[in-house]
Amino acid sequence: MDMHPWLPNLAHIKEMLQAIGVHDIYDLFSDVPNEILLRRELNLPYKEPLSEYEITLRLNELKNKSMKLLMSPFIGGGVCPHYVPEAVKFIISRSEFYTSYTPYQPEISQGLLQALFEYQSLIAELLEMEVVNASLYDWGSALAEAVMMANRINKRSTVLVPENMNPYHKEVLKTWVYGKGMKIVEIPYNANSGQLDYEKAKEMLSSSKDISSVYIQQPNYYGVFEENVEEIIEYAKRNNVITIMGVNPLSLSLIKPPGEYGVDIAVSDGQELGLPLNYGGPLVGIMAVRWDGQLVRQMPGRIVGLTKDTNGNRAFTLILQTREQFARREKATSNITTNEALMAIANAVYLSLLGKRGLRELAEEIYKRSHYAKEQLEKIDGVLSPFKGDFFEEFLLKFPIDYSLIHSHLLKKKIHGGIKINRNEALFCVTEVHTKQMIDTLVNEVREVIENVEAS
Amino acid sequence: MWRQAKWDEPLIMEYKGNGGRIGTLIPHEKEIEIKLRIPERLKRSKEPEIPELSELEVVRHFIRLSQMSFGVDTGFMPLGSCTMKYNPKVEEKTSELVSEYHPLQDFDTVQGILEMIYEMQNMLAEITGMDQCSLQVPAGAAGELAGVLMIKKYHEDKNRKNRDEMLVADSAHGTNPASAAMAGYKVIYIRTNKDGLVDIDVLREVTSEKTVGFMLTNPNTLGLFESDILEISKILHRVDAKLYYDGANLNGILGVVRPGDMGFDVVHLNLHKTFGVPHGGGGPGAGAICAKGEMVDYLPYPLVQKKDGKFTLDYIPSKSIGKIATFYGNIANVVRAYSYILGLGSKGISMIGKLSTLATNYLISKLKGVRGLSLPYSDRPRKHEVVFSAKQLLNETGISANDIAKTLLDRGFYAPTIYFPPNVEEALMIEPTETEPKEVLDKYADAIRQIVEEAYKNPQLLLNSPSNTSVGRIDQVTANHPSSVTPTYRVYRLRSEGKISILK
Repeated sequence: MDMHPWLPNLAHIKEMLQAIGVHDIYDLFSDVPNEILLRRELNLPYKEPLSEYEITLRLNELKNKSMKLLMSPFIGGGVCPHYVPEAVKFIISRSEFYTSYTPYQPEISQGLLQALFEYQSLIAELLEMEVVNASLYDWGSALAEAVMMANRINKRSTVLVPENMNPYHKEVLKTWVYGKGMKIVEIPYNANSGQLDYEKAKEMLSSSKDISSVYIQQPNYYGVFEENVEEIIEYAKRNNVITIMGVNPLSLSLIKPPGEYGVDIAVSDGQELGLPLNYGGPLVGIMAVRWDGQLVRQMPGRIVGLTKDTNGNRAFTLILQTREQFARREKATSNITTNEALMAIANAVYLSLLGKRGLRELAEEIYKRSHYAKEQLEKIDGVLSPFKGDFFEEFLLKFPIDYSLIHSHLLKKKIHGGIKINRNEALFCVTEVHTKQMIDTLVNEVREVIENVEAS
Repeated sequence: MWRQAKWDEPLIMEYKGNGGRIGTLIPHEKEIEIKLRIPERLKRSKEPEIPELSELEVVRHFIRLSQMSFGVDTGFMPLGSCTMKYNPKVEEKTSELVSEYHPLQDFDTVQGILEMIYEMQNMLAEITGMDQCSLQVPAGAAGELAGVLMIKKYHEDKNRKNRDEMLVADSAHGTNPASAAMAGYKVIYIRTNKDGLVDIDVLREVTSEKTVGFMLTNPNTLGLFESDILEISKILHRVDAKLYYDGANLNGILGVVRPGDMGFDVVHLNLHKTFGVPHGGGGPGAGAICAKGEMVDYLPYPLVQKKDGKFTLDYIPSKSIGKIATFYGNIANVVRAYSYILGLGSKGISMIGKLSTLATNYLISKLKGVRGLSLPYSDRPRKHEVVFSAKQLLNETGISANDIAKTLLDRGFYAPTIYFPPNVEEALMIEPTETEPKEVLDKYADAIRQIVEEAYKNPQLLLNSPSNTSVGRIDQVTANHPSSVTPTYRVYRLRSEGKISILK
């Protein structure tokens, strides 16, 4: 190999070795024990470097092995299909952003810092919370960080979580708190309303002195709004339990943001604010806290703040860095270094493009379409919603036949139905990318398969 | 002379004319007539303070902000331990492989994605010399947490309840002790000896039946290869403690020596460092966590497996610690790393460690002997990076590592990592990587040499730098003081309205 587009010095090896004063490149590895030096080439399925054209051929080959659906899938479960405006993709493709690093030298990274400050500020307004960090990995890990943060503050080790929370988030939480030996206890939910059992929640909150925090997901995993959150929060405060609320960011132009409830910590995912599905990653974990020194100082992750330069000009820089791992090491609030900065910028651009009116219109549109879809599906004999509570974006339906039969029929028609929850139930997600015509097609296919199965 | 763009760009929420505009239209289904039935008590009480602007205003605003930013595409960024190599542009196209796909889609509909993940699992196992890799982790630190939890669960399964000490080199990245603490472990620091390597005698003394493992990066943060690695591995394995490899510095040995062959049991990789994925201003990154022998059973799930020619992403190792991320990690970045590996092939990947080490030592040859700078610890070749000390310069001229950094910015170069590792005073940690042409390394060395000369002649000039960047030196006191700390515009607004007080 004597030339490669990414390796400019291949032809200068001799000259550079000479400047160093050695003869062979392996002289630079003379301190590596002989028995572990890899004296062979790595054994990868691709021996020679592929040209850019060949790389795209291979990627196209892989692309063709995945199935192109007729329409966006009707799946949520923590991430939902949405339309991403071209301007968002365009901005985050700017290579000054995209090839930059964590802004350790603020003077040369002002634009990046301002964009992240704007992300924090826009999310703060949407959530009505004062302090937002410059992002975490995703909702699940943001929740885990919030729970561990509460544990650091009050040293208690039980967290109450809703039984009707996102199961993937619950799995992540379980893994993260395992190290600290924390206990997760579930608050049951009411099978009629689809909402938390509020009485039980209150009872549980005062049942033990070891409860560190309580988590509420609004709307819950089945898309249903929790209606009596205030009482839980009040009870939690009375028992000095830290309150954490997980929210759907798009629902917040319609319903009460976490700040209005007075919760301590809010968590979410910014995927719905301008990110494609990305097969589940990157997403962007949102975390916000109230204006309270204890919360702010225990917050994980980077925070950008407003300040001045020595000439008195407005400037931005990373703040409160004594919380971070490079300063406090094992006493740090978290080990996080790489976050999802570019995705946070995508959120900032998205929120700026839509503005408060666009956000409200979008939320109303999603509300309308998801309700329409549910109503139409419920017109099919035997299909009904098990819950009474109002919902946003996602809804659970019960079918008269095994949902797998419906699902495989839909797939044959290149439509991807909802998430199977159990034999007869599935969770559907409907957003602005699903037109009325697409919804009607889905409904017709579901009706057809149910009628066929029942007839046979 | 190099100059950075300087716009008096308002905050997006301060834009004049803000209101009554929209940057993108929302699709409407007029035929659907559904009334909002949200209960009154659930409704938001007032609209969020989010600006209303046209598309052009938004685009122009963020383009200006991008012009006040600096990336590898703008210029040389030799940040030590960050591996800021060039990010091949083809990666942007290839990431389209995954963008439209939902993580909970049926495996039948995502066979191409799963095949890519499967190949990556195998290729990374070969590259690291480990048995199996999981791509669950969205970044390096998440990989560390996963790795430490794997070690924890391993010892718990062996019923070793009294083991609670994680060893960490004193020069280690801050993430190592932070991850160990998140797993509930006590952190025991292992001193660096006069050669800049792990002090084997101390390690021998400290390692006991209380030790769970040792977190180590090799080459270490000084750029030095831990030559005693086989002995280190023996000491740890004698008490069945696990050797953990922090992959942050893998670039300096990539293709030359593998962690698995050195005796490491668990390895994390930073795909955004070693495998050319862009850093995006600090994220998204992507990671992998790999294991050998019995540690494979503890990997975070799920992994891709191949059965009867079909791929599924549902393999759960028998003793798995669980999930670290909500879905499968940052797959859009994994596919970027995949195309990077394809673009190099076995042949190219096998050259990376050699070429990045060559670049580092070439830079050393240009900077060795510069008055005021010293190369602490041994004279051995460095690998991915080199740490100089500017202590003598500070003593003789009052010019610090920070001043050198700020002056480099004025010349259109990004600064090295400074004040790290903690065992070197006035540290300048430079990592050139294999992608910078020799001439750029020459220019960087020249710049540092000139700055040092200037320090002896006219130090005041350096203290005033930078002046060619968008803003001058930052006031860190105002930024962090409880009465002026401003993490959001909301805080700024509420403070000016007298609605919030000092951060208590």
